[in-house]
Amino acid sequence: MVGEGTVNARTLSEKVWDAHVVRPGTEPGEPDLLYVDLHLVHEVTSPQAFDGLRVAGRRVRRPDLTIATEDHNTPTDSLTTIAEPVSRTQIEALRHNCAEFGIKAHPLGDAEQGIVHVLGPQIGLTQPGMTIVCGDSHTATHGAFGSLAFGIGTSEVEHVLATQTLPQARPRTMAVTVDGELGPGVTAKDLVLSLISQVGTGAGIGHVVEYRGPAIEALSMEGRMTIANMSIEWGAKAGMIAPDDTTFSYVDGRQYAPTGKDWEAALDYWRSLPTDADATYDAEVHLDAPSLRPFVTWGTNPGQGVSLDGVVPDPSSFGDVGSRTAAERALAYMALEPGTRMYDVPVDVVFLGSCTNGRLEDLRAAANVLRGRRVAKSVRMLVVPGSAAVRLQAEAEGLHKVFEDAGAEWRFAGCSMCLGMNPDTLDPGQRAASTSNRNFEGRQGRGGRTHLVSPPVAAATAVAGHFAAPADLN
Amino acid sequence: MDKVTVHTGTALPVRRSDVDTDQIIPAVFLKRITKTGFEDGLFRAWRDNDPNFPLEKPEFAGASILIAGRQFGTGSSREHAVWALRDWGMRAVIAPSFGDIFRGNALKEGLVPVTLPADAVETLWSIVEANPATKVTVDVTTREVRVGAQSWPFPLDDFARTRLLEGLDDIALTLRADGVIADFEASRASYLPAVR
Repeated sequence: MVGEGTVNARTLSEKVWDAHVVRPGTEPGEPDLLYVDLHLVHEVTSPQAFDGLRVAGRRVRRPDLTIATEDHNTPTDSLTTIAEPVSRTQIEALRHNCAEFGIKAHPLGDAEQGIVHVLGPQIGLTQPGMTIVCGDSHTATHGAFGSLAFGIGTSEVEHVLATQTLPQARPRTMAVTVDGELGPGVTAKDLVLSLISQVGTGAGIGHVVEYRGPAIEALSMEGRMTIANMSIEWGAKAGMIAPDDTTFSYVDGRQYAPTGKDWEAALDYWRSLPTDADATYDAEVHLDAPSLRPFVTWGTNPGQGVSLDGVVPDPSSFGDVGSRTAAERALAYMALEPGTRMYDVPVDVVFLGSCTNGRLEDLRAAANVLRGRRVAKSVRMLVVPGSAAVRLQAEAEGLHKVFEDAGAEWRFAGCSMCLGMNPDTLDPGQRAASTSNRNFEGRQGRGGRTHLVSPPVAAATAVAGHFAAPADLN
Repeated sequence: MDKVTVHTGTALPVRRSDVDTDQIIPAVFLKRITKTGFEDGLFRAWRDNDPNFPLEKPEFAGASILIAGRQFGTGSSREHAVWALRDWGMRAVIAPSFGDIFRGNALKEGLVPVTLPADAVETLWSIVEANPATKVTVDVTTREVRVGAQSWPFPLDDFARTRLLEGLDDIALTLRADGVIADFEASRASYLPAVR
C-alpha cells in the first residue's frame, strides 16, 4: 500500500478527521479545531472540569452529545451502596454535576450502567465515522467502528464540555496489516498482545493506527474492540478499523442507531470511509496471523510478553540497555526467574472483565471452557460483566450458572480489578491472570502481580491453577 | 495557566523507562475532586517500597526538573499525574519521549515536556548524579536546556510555545471561534446520534 498515491487518496483516519475540522490551523504548528460528536464522561476525570466551568461561569455547550456513567469507583458486590467514603464523594459529585449541567447519566443500579467503553457501543451511540472522546485512555475502543476515538485529560474534558471541540495537531498515520487467519484457540487479545511485544510500547506514539487485513476483517465487533482498546498500550493516539457489514449489522437496531432515511444516509457516509486503494500511510507494520499463539505477559508493561508455551526470558537476551534494565526490574517485581515455563507459574486470582474483555462474547468464551469444570481450590476467580446489560444478557443465556457452578464469583458491572480504585484489588504479592489491559506495577492493587491473557486462557488458567490454554486441560 | 518562560532549578534523575502514569500517581489517589494536593500520591509505591528511589533523598530536595527515561507518562490519561508532579514542585520533565496524552496534559498545566535524545538524557543524569546541586535551565523562549556551558535544543512547536509564554487559556481562545463552531453544528448530518 505504500507508494506515491494520488493527491486526493486518503486513509480512513484522514477522512474522519477532515469531516470534523471546524477550523483548520493556519500558522505552523497550530492545531486544527476538531468537532466532537460524542463525549463520554465518568466520575474520575470529570469533577475538576465541571469545577472549571463553574468558576468561569460557562455552560455545557452540547449536553445532548454528552453522556455519563459510573464505573471506576463502583463496587461489584452491590447495586446501591458505595461503602468507601472518598469513592462515594466522587460519584456523588458526578451525579450533582450531571444534574446541574443537564447531562444524562447512568448511575450504579441503572439498567445501562457499566464501563464507559462498553456503554457507547451497546446503546448504539458509537457509530462509524464519528469523533469520540473521553477522559480515559481506553477510548480508542470505539475506533473498532471506524470512529476516531481517543483519550483526553481533564483540561481537555473541560474544553469539550465548554466548546464541543478540541484543538488537535494532525497525527501521523500507521497501518497494521494482519495477514492470514488466526489459528484455533487464538483470539483478538493474543493478536494485540503479540503485536505490542513485537513493536514495543512506544511504537505508536504520535500515530493514529489502522488495523486491517483478512485477520481483522474476520473478527467480530467484540474482537475488534479488544484490539482497538489496546492501541494506547503501544502509545497510539487512536486505533481504527474500517467499518463493514459486520459493523453495520452490529449497530443496526440499537437504541441510538439511525433509522429509515437517516439509516440510508448514514450507510452512504460509512461506506465512503474505508481507506482509498492508493492512499499511503506514514508507517506500516505487518503481522502474520497464522504464526500467532495464545499469549501471556511476564513483565510490567504490555510489551513484555511471550507465547503461553514459552518461558520467562533472560534479561541479558535483550540487546539494548533500556530493555535489559526494564526486564530486570520487571522480573524482580514479578518474582519470576528467567527460563521458568509460563505453564509452571501458579496464579492466585483470575480476573475476567474490563473494557478490553468484559463483553458478552468474552464471557461466552470463558464459560465454554469452564462448563463442567471447577476452578482450582487455590484460585479466586472474579467474573465481572462490562455493563449491567451484559450481565442481564449473560444471565439470560445461563452463563452465570456456569461460572457459579465452577466456583467463580459472578459480580455486578464495573471496572473492578482492572485498576485498584474500587474494593476489587489484589493483595500484595498475589499473582493474577487478568483479561484487562495493563500489567503495570500495582495496577490491580499495591504489590499485585498481573499477567495479561485472553478470556479462554484466563478460564483455563483458573481450572489448572497455573497458566494454561483450554487445549491443555484435556 | 501561569506564564512559563525560563525556569532554572535542580534536577531529579529517574533512571527508568516506561514510567507509566499509574507509577506517577496510583489510582487510589485519583478520588479527590479538587485540583490540588496530589503531591502525597506522587510515585507513592516507589517512595514507600524502593530505598533507591531518589525523590525523597535529601540531596534532591527542592528539585524542580525531573529527568527520566524513554516513554515517560504512558498509560492512563489521568491528568492527576501532571497535577502531582506540579504540586510536588516540578516545572519541567526531560525525557527521550513521552506518552501523547501526558504530553498534552503537561502543556495545559504549564509543566514543560522537554524531549531530548537519549544520549543527552544520559549526560544530564551523570551530571546531576555527580552533583545534585547542579542548576539546570529549561528555556522555553530559546527552546533549549542549559547546564553550565553546555546546551541542548529541544523541539516545541510555535503554537505550544506561545501558549506557554503567554499563559493562554485554551477555552477562551476557542470560544472566540464561537460563530464558526455554530456554523459547523448547523451543517452536521441528521443521522448523527444525540442523547435523549
